[in-house]
Amino acid sequence: MLRSRVLANWSVRIGAGILALLVVVAIAAPWLGTVDPSLFDAGSRDLLPGATGEITTLEGETLRHRFLMGSDSFGRDIYSRVIYGTRVSLVVGVATALLALAFGILCGLGAGYLRRLDGPLMRFMDGVMAIPAILIAIALVALWRGSILTVVIAIAVPEIPRVTRLVRSLVLSIREEPYVEAAVALGTPTTKILFGHILPNCIAPLLVQGTFTCAFAILVEAILSFLGVGLPPDIPTWGNIMAEGRVQFVSYPHNVFFPGLFLAVTVLAVNILGDGLRDTLDPKLAKRV
Amino acid sequence: MISFIARRVAAAVPVLLVVAVLVFLLLRLTPGDPAAILAGDAASTEQIARIRAELGLERPILVQFGIWFGHLLRGDLGQSFYYKMQVSTLIGQRLEPTLSLAALTIAIAVLVAVPLGVLAAWRFGGWLDRALMAFSVLGFSVPVFVLAYVLIYLFSLRLGLLPVQGYQRLADGAWPWLQHLLLPSITLSVIYIALISRVTRASVIEALGEDYIRTARAKGLPEARVLIRHALANAAVPIVTVIGVGVALLIGGVVVTESVYAIPGLGRLTVDAVLARDFPTIQGVILFFSFVYVLVNLLVDLSYVVLDPRIRY
Repeated sequence: MLRSRVLANWSVRIGAGILALLVVVAIAAPWLGTVDPSLFDAGSRDLLPGATGEITTLEGETLRHRFLMGSDSFGRDIYSRVIYGTRVSLVVGVATALLALAFGILCGLGAGYLRRLDGPLMRFMDGVMAIPAILIAIALVALWRGSILTVVIAIAVPEIPRVTRLVRSLVLSIREEPYVEAAVALGTPTTKILFGHILPNCIAPLLVQGTFTCAFAILVEAILSFLGVGLPPDIPTWGNIMAEGRVQFVSYPHNVFFPGLFLAVTVLAVNILGDGLRDTLDPKLAKRV
Repeated sequence: MISFIARRVAAAVPVLLVVAVLVFLLLRLTPGDPAAILAGDAASTEQIARIRAELGLERPILVQFGIWFGHLLRGDLGQSFYYKMQVSTLIGQRLEPTLSLAALTIAIAVLVAVPLGVLAAWRFGGWLDRALMAFSVLGFSVPVFVLAYVLIYLFSLRLGLLPVQGYQRLADGAWPWLQHLLLPSITLSVIYIALISRVTRASVIEALGEDYIRTARAKGLPEARVLIRHALANAAVPIVTVIGVGVALLIGGVVVTESVYAIPGLGRLTVDAVLARDFPTIQGVILFFSFVYVLVNLLVDLSYVVLDPRIRY
């Protein structure tokens, strides 16, 4: 019943459809007419989209290659880099959402159910939320230097308080439900009440929150890479491609526009999916916003 | 009223204190010698030793925090090794461009978003409403730097209407100042417009369902007066709240926008400091931005008293 309502929602269908396509692109990247994204050729620098040029493989072999999206100032194929960039964005988005959810759920359950933990934990979370999210991420990446793992953690940290607040508010209302009272009266251990009775009833809003966190994470990863403080430049990410392309933006705007388009469409798809899920799974929230 | 203000101010203090602790811990919980990190990569052994003595790094961590916090209260954010000056002076120098950008962005956003939101709510379900909702999803999704390049391409490179980048001080004339800020502010205002118009729409729709709206209409008041004086006025609290909360988005956007448009403000300073691993400056900028954010939201809280006379704490 609920499942069919979710699947009947057009926002869910469109968002999930585009995302499914992107997942296929990410997995099938090597077979989509791409070359290794790190390959370059001095003779194929700054080609316009659609131009044909040469590219040298790692074995030193020279291939004829059609540069669908042109090439950058090193003579690398933008199309291949953009396609492989899909992998990084999706991995960072999903991993960040899962990490933020995991820690947020733990903190939220603790704050909502164990009253003594509530005050100090939530004051701490208020403090974290008072620092703009991007600044936390930038500062953490600056400390640890960029890798996929550090970038994921750095983006997840400022998102944890949001999840915590959500879970805490859910727990506060769910703990008053008769089935929780019954479980307490039966002497059910606290961990079982938390994870067996309360958490399953938080799934719908958490799914919605997780989707928005995923969109945010993809966006912030691109911003960090674009500013030059994110993933190292040898990893093809949309932000990195744009950062390299911006120097020549006036003459070769496509180096910025192609990765930018992929980034915008991906974030849009995740947000549309989130809106659809919110409308169908969490009508109370839908009315508020 | 005074006790309400006093309580709101008192509630902001612990938040700022937690922020200070977090920024302090940022360096202490990192592997490596904080003195060496603070002094920068090019520092000599004597410089590192001097910083270590100054911060009391041999003493217990609570004492270290006391020393650091004491400096902070006196407005001493430390010395930037990269810019070779006090971080507080540095922030002061970079304040004008950022403040100009933020002010213009908020002005544009509010002037566009509030009327749009009211109109969408008025014709709830109509084409404007649906267009606005679609735009707001788009506004949240198009990254600010992608939008920046699209606008530069259209207005600066193709049409040649506005300068590509840079900043002119307000003291050197209002027109060049505005000319350089227009594109960055429009870029930055898009996500803000999406946010504010959405909330305006939702809260005006809610207000329009109230009995006093029916009464106002029954009295024969003109529709514009019903919408503005009755519906919008009663929807003001959530709108002002979201403007305050949105300042966090704005600060994040400033960092990106200033980089794209080469504006020498605090956002650009943040990125440059991170690239140079200039930690005193990073700490200072984070503290400054968070302080502003908390202050703005405190003012928002206090504005409730004016906006909604029913609110009495």
